[in-house]
Amino acid sequence: MLALAAAIAVLPLALSNNYFYDIAVLVGLNAIVCVGLNLLIGFAGQISLGHAGFFGLGAYGSAILASRYGWPPLAAMFTTTLAVAALAYVVGRPILRLKGHYLAMATLGLGVIIYMVITTEDKLTGGPDGISVVPFRIGGFVLQDERVWYWVVGALLLLAVWLALNLIESPMGRALRALHSSEVGAEVVGINAADHKVMVFVISAVFASLAGSLAAHYSGFVTPGKVTFLHSIELVTMVVFGGMASTFGAVAGAAVLTTLPQLLTVFKDYEMMVFGAVMMGTMIFMPRGVVPSLERLFQRRRQSASAASEREDA
Amino acid sequence: MSLLRVEGLSKKFGGLNAVEDLSFNIQPGAVYSIIGPNGAGKTTLLNLLTGVYQPSDGRIVFGEHDLTGRAPYEYAGHGIARTFQNLQVFFNMSALENVMVGRHLHERCGLGSTLLRSPRLARAERACREEAAELMNYVGLHNYLSAAADAMPYGALKRLEIARALATRPKLMLLDEPAAGLNPTEALELDDLIGRLTGRGVTVVLVEHNMRLVMGVSDHILVLDYGRKLAEGPAAAVRNDPKVIEAYLGSAVAHDGSLGNAIAGAVAVAVEMRR
Repeated sequence: MLALAAAIAVLPLALSNNYFYDIAVLVGLNAIVCVGLNLLIGFAGQISLGHAGFFGLGAYGSAILASRYGWPPLAAMFTTTLAVAALAYVVGRPILRLKGHYLAMATLGLGVIIYMVITTEDKLTGGPDGISVVPFRIGGFVLQDERVWYWVVGALLLLAVWLALNLIESPMGRALRALHSSEVGAEVVGINAADHKVMVFVISAVFASLAGSLAAHYSGFVTPGKVTFLHSIELVTMVVFGGMASTFGAVAGAAVLTTLPQLLTVFKDYEMMVFGAVMMGTMIFMPRGVVPSLERLFQRRRQSASAASEREDA
Repeated sequence: MSLLRVEGLSKKFGGLNAVEDLSFNIQPGAVYSIIGPNGAGKTTLLNLLTGVYQPSDGRIVFGEHDLTGRAPYEYAGHGIARTFQNLQVFFNMSALENVMVGRHLHERCGLGSTLLRSPRLARAERACREEAAELMNYVGLHNYLSAAADAMPYGALKRLEIARALATRPKLMLLDEPAAGLNPTEALELDDLIGRLTGRGVTVVLVEHNMRLVMGVSDHILVLDYGRKLAEGPAAAVRNDPKVIEAYLGSAVAHDGSLGNAIAGAVAVAVEMRR
């Protein structure tokens, strides 16, 4: 936690221009989604291939309420978040009874429906052309500069991580991990598995929606591009890449997979090939994801080091 | 008054009657054993008694509450805990956390104070951790206090499930073949543990094939065969029931000896084979 705070505080020294700040803000927003999604996938063991839908609803909700109807952005964001939470609850109740591939299909369907609605309701959403969004303002203060956004998103990411860590180390978090491992085992000690699954689904949807709202205000423009099935897959990939059931893994996954395509532009035409190779290599050599695998490595180093010093003592 | 009342309980799987028209009562404070050949419906019965399966017919009344048709977590909420024949340990956690999950019913707290980690929750967590450690000591797992569940041997995992079930503070505890897969020493220690459970005021239902254990600890025995009640009564009466002996060992034995002798013989053979 402190390390992450320090990283966020020190990073600006390396960010020499606004383009880097822009990427850092995108990383932060993706990381917020991934921290929430990791609660659902990594800890509770429930897959969702529709979270770009919640991200998109957050973005479009804020955009429509704030830009078309002139709501204050903060009020628009809160209203949107509440509406997304309600939707996630109503949809989550029936579909979280499904397991594994069936749940994947159902959440995928949800994402596709949201995408369809957004692209076809063009009077409201602007359809495929998208919609422009007013800058975020609270009272007289307008949030426009990349550098200011950086600090805001950084603080919110820290908050999201803190909330997630608190949840994991609590009776509720243990219940989620328990039902991931054995649903019947969890039920017979008194855990209402269905309620817990819906709760974590709603929490992850809220994280995605909030990040979506912020992203809309930040970039000043929303298109259906961020609501696609492909973006849902990207989000899941970030969680898996960084390491499931590791909150910092989710942050790392978001950071690597958001910046990697930018770094790989030096490979020009081969960019996507190298990207794919990096992904495959990581998953083959670090199947648990980057952060848990590295943790394990350091642990082993430390153990063998202490064992060696004991031997020397003896 | 009986602690658990089962009336006309049936469970059909397609055309198969796994449990058929079964009625019995369990008195508080006793060790009530359920025995029967493989496929007699013992595990199905335990699944019915914990809400894991829903009965096709009949009623399950616990104390004054009719629990028929309720979900497993509601059975747990009323004070019925269990272990599993095929382990349902949470392998993604430490041993201690497994037991802490068992405290779920008594540790619940709102989403707000969970997310913000209220001081009250932090205190409750410490207490929960201590109580879980105590329970691990109680079942003889003091060596595994800091172990990961997936690094523990089979016998220890069986005890871990008992500790987890105890953490729910049950009135009734259902043990599904706790001795299966244990070595003879570990099985002997189980007698002692079951005795201590009843000493704590927990009523025990034991499903077991190990006849030495069953005959040693049971007050009351229910014998199932093809999902039906074959015999029921005090342990001493059941062991000499010709119907029981026949179901277990075939009719030839039934005509020329008591089950007690037959079981003694079977145990001797089993011990011989182990060597």
